[in-house]
Amino acid sequence: MSDQSSVEILTEWDIVAARQLGRNVAKELGFGTVDQARITTAISELARNIYLYAGKGRIEIQQLTENGMKGILIIAADSGPGIPDIRKVMEDGFTTSGGLGAGLPGVKRLMDDFKIETILGEGTDIRATKWLR
Amino acid sequence: MNKQMAQYIQGNLTEIISQWQKKMKNEENERSFQMMSEELMTQTSHEFAELMISNLLESHQAYESRLNDFSEKVVRLGWSITFVTKAITHFAEIIYENMTQEEIIHEGNIAAYVKEFSNWIVPIRESTIQAYSKTWERTVSLQKIALQELSASLIPVFEKVSVMPLVGTIDTERAKLIMENLLEGVVKHRAEVVLLDITGVPVVDTMVAHHIIQAADAVRLVGAKCMLVGIRPEIAQTIVTLGINLNDFTTTSTLQRGVEQALAWTNRKIVEVED
Repeated sequence: MSDQSSVEILTEWDIVAARQLGRNVAKELGFGTVDQARITTAISELARNIYLYAGKGRIEIQQLTENGMKGILIIAADSGPGIPDIRKVMEDGFTTSGGLGAGLPGVKRLMDDFKIETILGEGTDIRATKWLR
Repeated sequence: MNKQMAQYIQGNLTEIISQWQKKMKNEENERSFQMMSEELMTQTSHEFAELMISNLLESHQAYESRLNDFSEKVVRLGWSITFVTKAITHFAEIIYENMTQEEIIHEGNIAAYVKEFSNWIVPIRESTIQAYSKTWERTVSLQKIALQELSASLIPVFEKVSVMPLVGTIDTERAKLIMENLLEGVVKHRAEVVLLDITGVPVVDTMVAHHIIQAADAVRLVGAKCMLVGIRPEIAQTIVTLGINLNDFTTTSTLQRGVEQALAWTNRKIVEVED
């Protein structure tokens, strides 16, 4: 069972809209302030990656219920250029934009599950879940 | 033909307005009209009708100023633009139907009337949309200016010590502004220590952290020290999890402790005075 809602990412301000949505859902589900901060930060990173590298895409927020556990699923999907070397982007400190290079590995650490699928020239689909404990 | 239409509308105004109000009330999803008081509704309806007729009768200029007044009023009332365009369409529809029923419009002149109607309605619709977008653009640009004024100011609190409180989301544009104001302020106030207060920043992601680190580096280049204060516990945890390295920074949880530290760096301290 899942409830979902999404935000199109086109401008920098859509990043704010996406994480506002995520924060509201997380609050509704009963996540504490620390987890709320983790979830919104993860959304912020993923949305910014879409904005910076793909130009446009969407962030989807789903509420999950599985085996009596509640959780939040963030889907970041774009049809951008894709990622040539996943192993490299998951390394700390690797960056192509002059940033800190902590984005994707950081998101992986912030969340409980992290899946990334990317096809060169077709796009990237990232799914990250956080379970309510 | 213009005159004839206007005369017809003026002659049957009460009837047209009541039909129009009924039609508008049936529009679902539009609370604004249903919640209006009877008096206000009558007044606005008449104003709307007058506006519609004025395009037929008055000079272009008079119409324009009337439209501006009306659209401003409508924006204030909170009518949505879809609602207003619907209102225009319904109004024209009722008149067309009524005039057909009364056989003022018949097969002989229908083509001419259709053209007349579109000449009448299209400019109204276009200028309404234009008036709306003008109002929005003005609001947005004013808010943008207001936001920029709030953005980032460096406040001297003690000699050699300045504070920059950051409130709200930091985007690329604001980050640039923060950097500029920070450097300018440091030079202007001859600050030796600058405290960046992020109590009011809702999310610190890698981009925000990156901008803060860059700003601090730049401050160091102009000969001052930068301290990061107001780090809330949940922000501290996310920063650590993200793996952002702030080891080169002095950081404190509150502004108060930051100020104490800054005073210590400049060989001063706050003491209580005993009588």
